[in-house]
Amino acid sequence: MQLDQLYQEIILDHYKHPHGRGLRDATDPAGRVGEAHHVNPTCGDEITVRVATDGKVFTDISYDGMGCSISQASASVLHELLRGRAADDAATVHEAFVELMSGRGQVTPDEDVLGDGVAFAGVARYPARVKCALLSWMAFKDAAARAGVGVSPEVKA
Amino acid sequence: MTSIAIPSGMPQYDDVPRFDVARVRADFPILDREVNGHPLVYLDSANTSHKPRQVLDVLAEHYARHNANVSRSVHTLGTEATEAYEGARAKIAAFINAPSADEVVFTKNSTEAINLVAYAFSNASLRADADPRFRIGPGDEIVISEMEHHSNIVPWQLLAERTGATLRWFPVTDHGRLDESGLDDLVTERTKIVSLVHMSNILGTVNATARITKRVREVGALLLLDCSQSVPHLPMDVVDYDADFIVFTGHKMCGPTGIGVLWGRGELLAAMPPVFGGGSMIETVTMARSTFAAPPARFEAGTPPIAEAIALGAAVDYLTGIGMRAIQWHEKELTAYALDALATVPGLRVFGPNVPVGRGGTISFALGDVHPHDVGQVLDSLGVQVRVGHHCAKPVCTRFGVPATTRASFYLYTTTEEIDALVAGLEQVRKVFD
Repeated sequence: MQLDQLYQEIILDHYKHPHGRGLRDATDPAGRVGEAHHVNPTCGDEITVRVATDGKVFTDISYDGMGCSISQASASVLHELLRGRAADDAATVHEAFVELMSGRGQVTPDEDVLGDGVAFAGVARYPARVKCALLSWMAFKDAAARAGVGVSPEVKA
Repeated sequence: MTSIAIPSGMPQYDDVPRFDVARVRADFPILDREVNGHPLVYLDSANTSHKPRQVLDVLAEHYARHNANVSRSVHTLGTEATEAYEGARAKIAAFINAPSADEVVFTKNSTEAINLVAYAFSNASLRADADPRFRIGPGDEIVISEMEHHSNIVPWQLLAERTGATLRWFPVTDHGRLDESGLDDLVTERTKIVSLVHMSNILGTVNATARITKRVREVGALLLLDCSQSVPHLPMDVVDYDADFIVFTGHKMCGPTGIGVLWGRGELLAAMPPVFGGGSMIETVTMARSTFAAPPARFEAGTPPIAEAIALGAAVDYLTGIGMRAIQWHEKELTAYALDALATVPGLRVFGPNVPVGRGGTISFALGDVHPHDVGQVLDSLGVQVRVGHHCAKPVCTRFGVPATTRASFYLYTTTEEIDALVAGLEQVRKVFD
C-alpha cells in the first residue's frame, strides 16, 4: 500500500497548521456549551472537544489534544467542516465521515459534503488508524449531545 | 575506532559463545516473507517473538498424532499426551534451574500468573488458618515500581482495593534505572510482597536485584520477579536469583501464545490457597466441600493448553540448543550497534539506559516531535515492524513526559542489517514530517 494514500498533503497540512486549535469559551452567554474528552487506549492519544451552540447552530467547535498526525489533522478538519453549521447539516456531514472511515476503503467520498475530509479516504484502508481519524469526531458527538444537540446515530468504529 | 587488547589470562572476546545468525534465521519460516513490497524487518520481539519450524512441527505433531486430554486417561493417547505435557514441565524447570518440576505452574501468560499470586493473597486473607505470609490487610504494603508493565500494576492495585493494603513503588531515574535510594524506607516490616520487573519492556533496563532481595529477606517479605522480558533473552537461574516467584510467557520465547509460567518456591506454592476451582485441581470433592491437589495441579484447574505447553517445551529445547549465553551476547552486540546507530539520527532521543550495560535489546525512542504512530506507519511502509504506543507501561511514558514511544526490540534472529534498515527508515520519516 502506498504511504502517500495515507499521508495526503491535505492531512499533513492540517497537522502542521491546525485550524481552530485551542479550547475557547462561549462568546454568547445565552448559548449552551458541551465538552467531551476522549482517549484512544491503545496509543494514549487524547482530545478534548468543546462545542458552543444556540440550540440550532454550532457557533464554535474548539479542541485541544495530543496525538498522531491523523488524529490531530482530523480534529482540524472537523472544526473547519462543522463550525457554523446547523445541527441537521452537521449530522449529515458527521454521518458521511463515519461512513467513509468505516468503509474499509470501499466508500467513495463526496467532496461536496466532506470537503478536506475526503483526504481521509486512504486512512479507511488502514484499520489500525481508523480510530485515530474518528477520535475527535466521536468526542464531538458526545460534546454535542451534552450541549443538547444530537448529531448522529450510534456507530461502532 | 581504536581497539585495546585484553591482557592474556583475562576472558577474551572470542571466548564468548556465538552462533550463526543466518542458520538460525533459516529456522523461522516467517522471516522469508515480504511486507509492503520490502523484506520483513521484524523489530518487535519484545511484543511477541517468531516461532522456529522446530516448535511449529511439535505443535502440529501433537494434534496430528498424540491428541488426548491429560492427567485423566488410561488409554495410550492420553498417556502420550500426559507424558509430553509433564515432559515439557520438566524441560522448563531445567531451563530456569528450578529444583523441582512441581514448582512450574502452567498459566495462560505472565498476566494470569501474577493475578494468580495476587488472588492467592486475597483468598488467604479471608481464612484465619491460612499461611500468614499470604495474609494481607490494612497496614500491610505491596511494593512495585514505576517501570512495571500494566500486568504488574493493576493486579496489585486491585488486591490493595480488596484488602485495604497499601501500594507503594520504586521511582525511576532520569537514565531509566530503578531508583533504589529509598529501598530501606520503601521495603519494611510492613511489606508483604515486592513484585518487580526484571527487564523493563519499554526502557530495556535489566534490574540488578541483589540489594532488593537482601532487603526483602531482612523484612520477611516475598519477592516476585516479572521475567517476561528476561527469561527469553538471558540465562535464568531461580536459585541464584533467590526469588520466591517468577513469571514469564511462552510466546515471547519462540513458543506459542496461550501458555505462560508461574514458578514458585515449592514450600510457598504448597502453602498457597487455590485460585481457580474445577477439574484436575482437587484431591476429593463432596457436595459440601473439597480438598485440593498438591502444586502444580492445585493451580491448573480445567483442561490446560496442552499442545501449547508441549510446544513451549520444544521452544526451550531450541533455545538451549543455541545457548542462552550466546543469545544474550548476540543481543548485547546488537544493542551496542543500535545505540550507536540511533545516535546518528538527528533529533532522536532514547528513553532508558543509553549504554549497552544493564539493559537488554529493547530500545524506546522519540524522533523529534513526530508522533510514534506516524513513525511506525512510515516504517511499516518500508517493511520495518516496530511497536508504537505506551507499551502497556503508561506510568513510564508519564515519567518521561511523552504520550507514547517508538520501540525497536531484538532477538536471536535479529541482524545488524535490520538495524540499518530501521535507521534508514527513520530518515524517511524525517522527510515526510520535516
